[in-house]
Amino acid sequence: MKFIVAIVKPGKLEAIREALVEIGVQGMTVSEVKGFGRQMGHKEIYRGAEYEVAFVPKLKLEIVVDERVAGQAVEVIAATAKTDSIGDGKVFVLDAESAFRIRTGETGPDAL
Amino acid sequence: MKLLKKLSLALGAVGSAFALGATPAAAAVTDETAYVLNTFSFLVHGFLVMLMAAGFAMLESGLVRTKNTAAICLKNIALYSVAGIMFYLIGYNLMYVDVGSYMGSFTFLYNPSEAELALINAEEATDEMVAEVVGNGYSVMSDWFFQMVFVATTASIVSGTLAERIKVWPFIIFVVILSAFIYPIQASWTWGGGFLAEMGFSDFAGSTLVHSTGGWAALAGAILLGARTGRFSDGGARPMPGANLPLATLGTFVLWFGWFGFNGGSQLALGSAMDASAMAIVYVNTNLAAAAGVVTAMILTQVLYGKMDLTMCLNGALAGLVAITAGPDLQNHFLALIVGGIGAALAVFSVPVLDKLKIDDVVGAIPVHLVAGIWGTLAVGIFGGGSLVTQLIGVVAVGVFVTAVSFVVWFILKSTIGIRVSAEDEDMGLDRCELGLEAYPEFGRGSQKM
Repeated sequence: MKFIVAIVKPGKLEAIREALVEIGVQGMTVSEVKGFGRQMGHKEIYRGAEYEVAFVPKLKLEIVVDERVAGQAVEVIAATAKTDSIGDGKVFVLDAESAFRIRTGETGPDAL
Repeated sequence: MKLLKKLSLALGAVGSAFALGATPAAAAVTDETAYVLNTFSFLVHGFLVMLMAAGFAMLESGLVRTKNTAAICLKNIALYSVAGIMFYLIGYNLMYVDVGSYMGSFTFLYNPSEAELALINAEEATDEMVAEVVGNGYSVMSDWFFQMVFVATTASIVSGTLAERIKVWPFIIFVVILSAFIYPIQASWTWGGGFLAEMGFSDFAGSTLVHSTGGWAALAGAILLGARTGRFSDGGARPMPGANLPLATLGTFVLWFGWFGFNGGSQLALGSAMDASAMAIVYVNTNLAAAAGVVTAMILTQVLYGKMDLTMCLNGALAGLVAITAGPDLQNHFLALIVGGIGAALAVFSVPVLDKLKIDDVVGAIPVHLVAGIWGTLAVGIFGGGSLVTQLIGVVAVGVFVTAVSFVVWFILKSTIGIRVSAEDEDMGLDRCELGLEAYPEFGRGSQKM
């Protein structure tokens, strides 16, 4: 099993969810996060004074999938989140050691 | 607002009472008292209507998402200002001064009459000077002020429909043309004494002249601007719920409050018992129509969707108000309930129709102001306030003119400077891309939250 962490632009969530459901992904956790990467922050103006906003709002998606689907899931996320402008985000893939469905007690890929 | 006719009637009645000496003195007022009361009515009702600009601003900022809030607030205070300036520069003259059949005078600026200035500046005012001023029936600038706030209302209507994706400056340019030319020209046909007035077309406070005009201009803009990204997909319409429903509710109440100025003030005079009584009737009809609109929307949404829908009820109140605006002088108050209720029902049914047509109207201004405005204008014909055919001709004439000209103006703006922000800016929100700031920096995804 693979644990996929994706940081994406906030407006892309619905499109990514639809694309993932289409390839059979059955669950996802989303949180609002802030951070900076190469995009760095941006400037805002308030009453004539400019100030730096260092941390940009993004969404963090966490998905655990079977190994066979992982590659495809990453491709789908990347393709859907891409706008070609700076700040599109990143996708990380980690190994997931185990999984456990609380209600039924299923384990491993069956629990996903 | 057949200003001249009505006032000359009112003043004539007062004058003849004096001449004949047949009426007890207590029953009549002097011409100067009537002048003061008429002017007072214009000014007070005018600033009530001015508050409607705040109502629209709150309604719209409640119904957009937080990332577009500051932009919609800026647009609202800007359009009110621009509309007032343009109406001073040229609009009023086009609407009211030397109106032929199709428009008034192409002259600039509108200022107090010579008689009024002479009176104000006189060392010692003579009876003749007072009589000359009083002969007009009301202070000319009080009438200008009252008419100015109406054009601002028209511009506000356009703002709500096009929210969340339009660039601010092109919108302001449209408001310049709307308030300087489009609104005054079509309004001169009726209120200025042009060809629709000659035909007997009746629109007391502007269901067609103000509300439908705003609605047509908004519709033309919405078609050329396109829907918000993601609003319509193959699966149908995806709602983009407003950020702050208490604010939208407050805005609706403020609009309702201001509407007493809008309709009540359109009696255009308060210098006689007749006018005072007629004005009271207008107030009551206005309130009943709005109330019927809310109740109708509550019942309809409960039946249609299984739940009551707050924003539809807010739309219902406004649709009831718009519908009664063409004929709030109905002498049977029960009819006001019917006019307002049907207006709200039409608005509720129009919302899904617009969704089917993939026309994105963020605040429901087209169902409320255009659809209920048409209904209210026709209702005057149906309930005996005029000829239904003439009412229909008025609706069509104004509709064709406003839609055609608005379409051309929006098209020119679209193909030159562009009217829509980029997809990326739209996603980021108009507050950041157009203004470079946030409405709520300490909440939600705001930059100052942590």
